[in-house]
Amino acid sequence: MTLDVPPTLAVDPLLDDPRTRIIVCCGAGGVGKTTTAAALGVRAAERGRKVVVLTIDPARRLAQSMGIDSLDNTPRRVKDIEGEGELHAMMLDMKRTFDEIVEAHADAERARAILENPFYQSLSAGFAGTQEYMAMEKLGQLRARDEWDLIVVDTPPSRSALDFLDAPSRLGSFLDGKFIRVLMAPAKVGGRAGMKFLNVGMSMMTGTLGKLLGGPFLKDVQTFVAAMDTMFGGFRTRADATYRLLQAPGTAFLVVAAPERDALREAAYFVERLAADRMPLAGLVLNRVHGSGAARLSAERALAAAEALGAELPVESDDLGPVENHEADGIVDQEGGKEEVRTPPEPHDSPETPATEAPVTDTPVTESPVTETPVTELTAGLLRLHAERMRLLSREQRTRDRFTALHPEVAVAEVAALPGDVHDLAGLRDIGDRLASGGRPG
Amino acid sequence: MPGTEPAGFNRARLVTLEGVSRLQVVSGKGGTGKTTVAAALALALATEGKRTLLVEVEGRQGIAQLFETEALPYEERKIAVAPGGGEVYALAIDAELALLDYLQMFYRLGGAGRALRKLGAIDFATTIAPGVRDVLLTGKACEAVRRKDKRGRYAYDYVVMDAPPTGRITRFLNVNDEVAGLAKIGPIHNQAQAVMRVLKSAETSVHLVTLLEEMPVQETLDGVAELRAAGLPVGRILVNMVRPTLLDGPVPRDIKKSAIAKELSRAGLGGARKGGLAEQLVEPLLAQADEYAERIALEEEQRAELAGLGLPVQELEFLSDGIDLAGLYRLAGALRRQGV
Repeated sequence: MTLDVPPTLAVDPLLDDPRTRIIVCCGAGGVGKTTTAAALGVRAAERGRKVVVLTIDPARRLAQSMGIDSLDNTPRRVKDIEGEGELHAMMLDMKRTFDEIVEAHADAERARAILENPFYQSLSAGFAGTQEYMAMEKLGQLRARDEWDLIVVDTPPSRSALDFLDAPSRLGSFLDGKFIRVLMAPAKVGGRAGMKFLNVGMSMMTGTLGKLLGGPFLKDVQTFVAAMDTMFGGFRTRADATYRLLQAPGTAFLVVAAPERDALREAAYFVERLAADRMPLAGLVLNRVHGSGAARLSAERALAAAEALGAELPVESDDLGPVENHEADGIVDQEGGKEEVRTPPEPHDSPETPATEAPVTDTPVTESPVTETPVTELTAGLLRLHAERMRLLSREQRTRDRFTALHPEVAVAEVAALPGDVHDLAGLRDIGDRLASGGRPG
Repeated sequence: MPGTEPAGFNRARLVTLEGVSRLQVVSGKGGTGKTTVAAALALALATEGKRTLLVEVEGRQGIAQLFETEALPYEERKIAVAPGGGEVYALAIDAELALLDYLQMFYRLGGAGRALRKLGAIDFATTIAPGVRDVLLTGKACEAVRRKDKRGRYAYDYVVMDAPPTGRITRFLNVNDEVAGLAKIGPIHNQAQAVMRVLKSAETSVHLVTLLEEMPVQETLDGVAELRAAGLPVGRILVNMVRPTLLDGPVPRDIKKSAIAKELSRAGLGGARKGGLAEQLVEPLLAQADEYAERIALEEEQRAELAGLGLPVQELEFLSDGIDLAGLYRLAGALRRQGV
């Protein structure tokens, strides 16, 4: 059924290459982006690199898995990393990062004026774009310190995957853009009569906004802008510099997804957007892919077998067919056997297929005939479980075939699903192993 | 899809809608299916001739994709018919257009609005200015809640909002407070106050969608705490994609593998002897059973965590064929039977 087998994403060569300086993990929310970033960090460090992982909003458990109970805005060294390398981890504190910029670029008195401004306080506490901007700002800072030879970045759980590319330049252009100049005009104009004629048009604008937002609000913005005046050029320049840094050859983007329709759709958007912005895409990390050690037994056949057990069919039933014959002849022919139990073409290809039948799920084990022995019942349960697994497999295969058809050139690393969440370094290592082996699980 | 009345709906078993809040806000961690649940809820509430409006605020066009229609414009548009003649309308709220709308409505600012836009002021106000965007989005939803027709009846019986994810929902809804603090006077201030009154009243219910997995459950617990602290009315916990039980507990250790191999063979899956096809299936099938048991145990822990919240919890089945229209109607039926 596979239309095309995409190239396998070789994770280790990417991590080992000294020219790889930044890895950006992006993708929809809930696909294990942060975990992937952490696992890559651990693996790269244990392969000898000096790594810092910048996470945006890690789950408590994930922070704990790196032995750090509360990550903060400063990189902390992760203990128990094996080998010569080092791993440092941090969590973005956007307000703190913004404050630091202000403190670094303004004298003490001006900095205080800015930090106390109500408009600044809401802006820095995280309205649309600030988090994205600060993540990029932090990335620029880490890169400028040049203390690490690899920076792994997680991206904010944005409204849409594209926000994190757009927001920095948006905030940048806002902070030193035309509109800000207009807002500032009344505050500056004051005694300058020469500006008066210009001021007519502007006062109409600010008047309108004043009406809408209320005078005091605009006043706050104006004071803020006046105080930030010296930093304006800086914002734009820095946003541009970070953007260029992302396009540079030392950067690799990894789009993270799970084999689910929405996540892969978002991943496809992202791949297209990165290409449009000439950002270097290394590949797709596909998390939570399921496999089966018994993949040659199809869902349909497993279900039929489970039903046969429930109905206590005689052993010589027609259903047994050629497989049994091979056995009877004493020929254990792997190839032949595989042929017999191969999964038939998936019958549920049409999205219009209504969810009318769900034979697996509608038949709880407990409703099986009472004549069964525990082993019969258990075996039927194992088969039903397997049928569900096989359906999941073919569903995952369909969604990823759709992605591959759109973007056959994108290299893919598959990460086999874990039953639970990651709790420790060993868990992150395990994910790293799965990432590096990259192929289909099971 | 109009006219289809899937088996999922059984009107005899429907619970009445007495006391159901008119604004239903649906949030949840990314990947939990909150858009799907919001859509199913809109369908469920539209049964028996009611009219619901399903609103989207994040510009993702998730509703259009779900209902398999073209991208929604900034305009209320009928997208589905519910069993019993009800109707579901949908609206993708665009903050920028909502602001221009608003300016036009209150100030007749047609030309000035365009000028403001040119200058980047609209962009400023909707993207960067603290909270203004959120006031416009929630404001539009609240307007739909309160809108009445000429005869004084509500234009929509219910408004269902596909809201931002759990991590941002409190800020999103409560932002009116923040704006009210910032924009101390003026129409945005007044608007914020009015919106806040609706959101904090019994007219509103905020539901959180989760899965039985650690991270979504943890986010749900945090989200409920935040909503409660902000005085926002928390409705229900909707556990999505619940899988049916296929095996009771772990496989007993005293069951012999050879016995399972024999059963598999008896079911027609090959020879039970060592190396036989049936025998080869035993190990992988048992491995899958172990993974399954581990997952079920984890799910039970998560259920217990959610139960500790003291909120109504509803479970929605996992649809193995993916979410299509039929699946949506099925979920809607399940919601109605459980009392929406």
